[in-house]
Amino acid sequence: MSTTPERPSAPGPLLDVRDLHVEFHTRDGVAKAVNGVDYTVSAGETLAVLGESGSGKSVTAQAVMGILDTPPGRIAGGEILFKGRDLLTLGEDERRRIRGAEMAMIFQDALSSLNPVLTVGDQLGEMFTVHQGLSRKDARARAVELMDRVRIPAARERVGQYPHQFSGGMRQRIMIAMALSLEPDLIIADEPTTALDVTVQAQVMDLLAELQRELDMGLILITHDLGVVADVADKIAVMYAGRIVETAPVHDIYKAPAHPYTRGLLESIPRLDQKGRELYAIKGLPPNLLAIPPGCAFNPRCPMAQEVCRRDVPPLYTVDEDRRSACHFWEETLHG
Amino acid sequence: MAEAILEVRDLVKHYPLTKGILFRKQIGAVKAVDGVDLDLAAGETLGIVGESGCGKSTLARMLVHLERPTAGAIRYKGEDITRLSGKALKAVRRNIQMVFQDPYTSLNPRMTVGDIVGEPFEIHPEAAPKGSRRSRVQELLDVVGLNPEYVNRYPHQFSGGQRQRIGIARGLALQPEIIVADEPVSALDVSVQAQVVNLLDALQSEFSLSYVFIAHDLSIVRHISDRVGVMYLGRVVEIGKDAEIYDHPTHPYTQALLSAVPVPDPEAREHRERIILTGDVPSPTDIPSGCRFRTRCWKAQERCAQEVPLLAVPAHLTVVPGPVQHPSACHFAEERHVVPGGEEGPTGGAGARGGKAAEDPGTGDGPEGGTGGGGGAAPG
Amino acid sequence: MPEQQPPYEDSAIAPTGAGGATDLAMSEGETLEKPLGDSPSEGGPAAKPRSLWSDAWRDLRRNPVFIVSSLVILFLVVISLWPSLIASGNPLSCDLAKAQQGSQPGHPFGFNGQGCDVYTRVVYGARTSVTVGVCATLGVGILGSLFGSLAGFFGGLPDSLLSRLTDIFFGIPVVLGGLVLLSVVDSTTVWPVVGFMVLLGWPQISRIARGSVITAKQNDYVQAARALGASNTRMLLRHIAPNAIAPVIVVATIALGTYISLEATLSYLGAGLKPPTVSWGIDISSASPYIRNAPHMMLWPAGALAVTVLAFIMLGDAVRDALDPKLR
Repeated sequence: MSTTPERPSAPGPLLDVRDLHVEFHTRDGVAKAVNGVDYTVSAGETLAVLGESGSGKSVTAQAVMGILDTPPGRIAGGEILFKGRDLLTLGEDERRRIRGAEMAMIFQDALSSLNPVLTVGDQLGEMFTVHQGLSRKDARARAVELMDRVRIPAARERVGQYPHQFSGGMRQRIMIAMALSLEPDLIIADEPTTALDVTVQAQVMDLLAELQRELDMGLILITHDLGVVADVADKIAVMYAGRIVETAPVHDIYKAPAHPYTRGLLESIPRLDQKGRELYAIKGLPPNLLAIPPGCAFNPRCPMAQEVCRRDVPPLYTVDEDRRSACHFWEETLHG
Repeated sequence: MAEAILEVRDLVKHYPLTKGILFRKQIGAVKAVDGVDLDLAAGETLGIVGESGCGKSTLARMLVHLERPTAGAIRYKGEDITRLSGKALKAVRRNIQMVFQDPYTSLNPRMTVGDIVGEPFEIHPEAAPKGSRRSRVQELLDVVGLNPEYVNRYPHQFSGGQRQRIGIARGLALQPEIIVADEPVSALDVSVQAQVVNLLDALQSEFSLSYVFIAHDLSIVRHISDRVGVMYLGRVVEIGKDAEIYDHPTHPYTQALLSAVPVPDPEAREHRERIILTGDVPSPTDIPSGCRFRTRCWKAQERCAQEVPLLAVPAHLTVVPGPVQHPSACHFAEERHVVPGGEEGPTGGAGARGGKAAEDPGTGDGPEGGTGGGGGAAPG
Repeated sequence: MPEQQPPYEDSAIAPTGAGGATDLAMSEGETLEKPLGDSPSEGGPAAKPRSLWSDAWRDLRRNPVFIVSSLVILFLVVISLWPSLIASGNPLSCDLAKAQQGSQPGHPFGFNGQGCDVYTRVVYGARTSVTVGVCATLGVGILGSLFGSLAGFFGGLPDSLLSRLTDIFFGIPVVLGGLVLLSVVDSTTVWPVVGFMVLLGWPQISRIARGSVITAKQNDYVQAARALGASNTRMLLRHIAPNAIAPVIVVATIALGTYISLEATLSYLGAGLKPPTVSWGIDISSASPYIRNAPHMMLWPAGALAVTVLAFIMLGDAVRDALDPKLR
């Protein structure tokens, strides 16, 4: 799959983000969007990054892809190791070569991510003409192949159509086809199904998971939907105020969360199969990134907060071999 | 069922498609709502679910008289309000209010919170004497959980969840009996959604409100609703008590919809049966003959193309007592269990919530809960 | 529904100042400011209402472009009201003997072809330009936003009619139209010129107003007012107009500059103002044959015109930046 000869991919993970910091300079001050994020993704693995708006989940992904708007954004520290190389030390040219060919991104809004004045075939084919120097005709043939692969019916006829002639679900398939065109090793999907209806959402998620297995890619799924995560993820990283507060294999976290925020999220969503009486509601609001509370950022909203939470930033405690929680009271949370 | 406070009969909204620059002629119609019947009892919550384009928002806007129906009747306490205007309409409006989806566009950015929440009193001066308005506004803010001292602030100084509370306060100002909420929480963060849902719940019992709750999120609709209607392409295809719809769906569309909802339980993913629909929703300008779902339905037969299925308890199901017996617009309606959890009792993954569910006897539907599983129809 | 817990988490049901719940509600409101309003008794919450207008004003005050352009405009307005403040002479008293002479003490800009003092004429010319600009803009603004917002609000046939009408007006070339229409009137006042500009200018504003009214009309807060039973007048004046006016103000400010230059253009071509009136356009016109020998005669009125037009356009830009935070 990957033709990079330098390192065999076996020893290290595909992507290793270490202590990443990103800030935004705004009129009202410096917004600390990402404050020391660590995560790893291996080939064939699906990492779900779960968080609410402002948690830094998308900003982290943009930093990994190298599409962060700078300014106002600024990567203030950390490393992004992709196949062993630190992407942050590479030049823009090199990063551009990696983007698309080795890592690709799928966005939430497929309509605005596609160029309305070019046919779908042209946009899919562009990947091949630009990165692989194929002729227009060959690129077109590859575009049809790709559309078949993401199961767009009548691909041969529809390759000449424009984005607005496709439905939302079909457009998202085209985005997926585009991301997969050069068989990258890592796919970052930022809320890929949020804009879609449930029945279509299921189709698209299934397709994405299947292609991922087939191509043995790493997948980072950014979402706020606990249901989607449970359906497809292998492991999960929960973000809050620019930090990872809990990371764990997906089965563990749903069974027994080790961070009060995760627990609050799980208990605050209504269930399809049960009719609860009153929802548990996490009190208060997501934090203001211009003024993150001292100590644990979650402390003003946390039912378990103690003095120490207002004072000391909790490190990522080791709960289990592959489980971490940034809560001073993770043991109580886990068993309580 | 208690007496219906709102009755909707054969409601239709067609938007004409026109051609021409100065003088337009009609060349077709977008059939956004195409024959909807509903009843809303006093004090109950009727949930309406459906995917985008099914007409649920148009329905909501007709209920609060923001759109005039093309045909049909909306009866408030027996009186048809669709043709009202002037004073009579204004009087009815006091009793039916709306909560909007987007907290960012539903509040006038140039007005203070006090002016926004107090505007209903300016429009309906009889609702509150002049001197008492300010204190009424502060009371309302307090009721929805906002600091009453915020009256002089502007909407952009608040977060999404707080703005939604302001919108709710405005809706409550005239002490309406019915609140139509169109996707009231879908624009909010997960952790804030629960706050607003709980607020709506609490307000309902405090002010004995009736809700029409429109959403695409099936889990939230189940949580808040007493009865649920499922819409597809401008019509209600199935309607019933929440357990009837969620645990004993008989319409293929409802089944597909429910089976597609991701459940926050990783254990469920292995043994989950998903009905993946093929194709796209047909255009509302060109609705299929007969049953409008037939183009995507795996059960479709000759009959479905010719005969429009009516929204009624299917004849072949009337012999089966119990929750299967509810209106479903399908010639071949048949129960199918699609929501995981009921199947094998609450799965382990339900964790902290398992206990809650067990102590909850439902809203009067005995056989629900752990036992209502696969053989829901069998005992009959 | 039995009540088991307090119905809502961050309710302010607790009496104000009791800490706990109220504090939390406080902190929410402060999302853009301080993280925690530590003591509600300070009057903190009520103390800081920030309307969008006051936000815009705060931005404008910090914008050097705004400061410079508004100082220039302020200066122009003052001298057009009281030109004698800085020019003691009479713009119409000329001495042919001094024709085309350059700068000399007491006459810093020199003399024009008729021997009139260029400095005095430039100062007095400001009045004409500002009068034409302001009156034309006011007329265009009132007429255009009235028609535009009514068309946008009510839609339907009136809207179609208005759209076609504006199309027709857009088809008329302004300068050519001015030459034709103004050549039939013979007046020494500015009013025919102003009238002509209003006649041709209102469709531009009406389009802008119509568009922004349609955008504002679709906002849910207008629908909410309608659902409350608000009258059309209330919806238009209270909800739509305040939210639709910003683009109109911006375009009108920029247009003001262009009207001033249009007046000069028409006067230059002989169709605008006629001589005893003092106008930069007339002076530029009369100086043009002598541009090689006596460039100062052209330079000063042309420079004044350019600075004035630029000041209004810059002001319009600054106002746009302040009113439309999305562009930031």
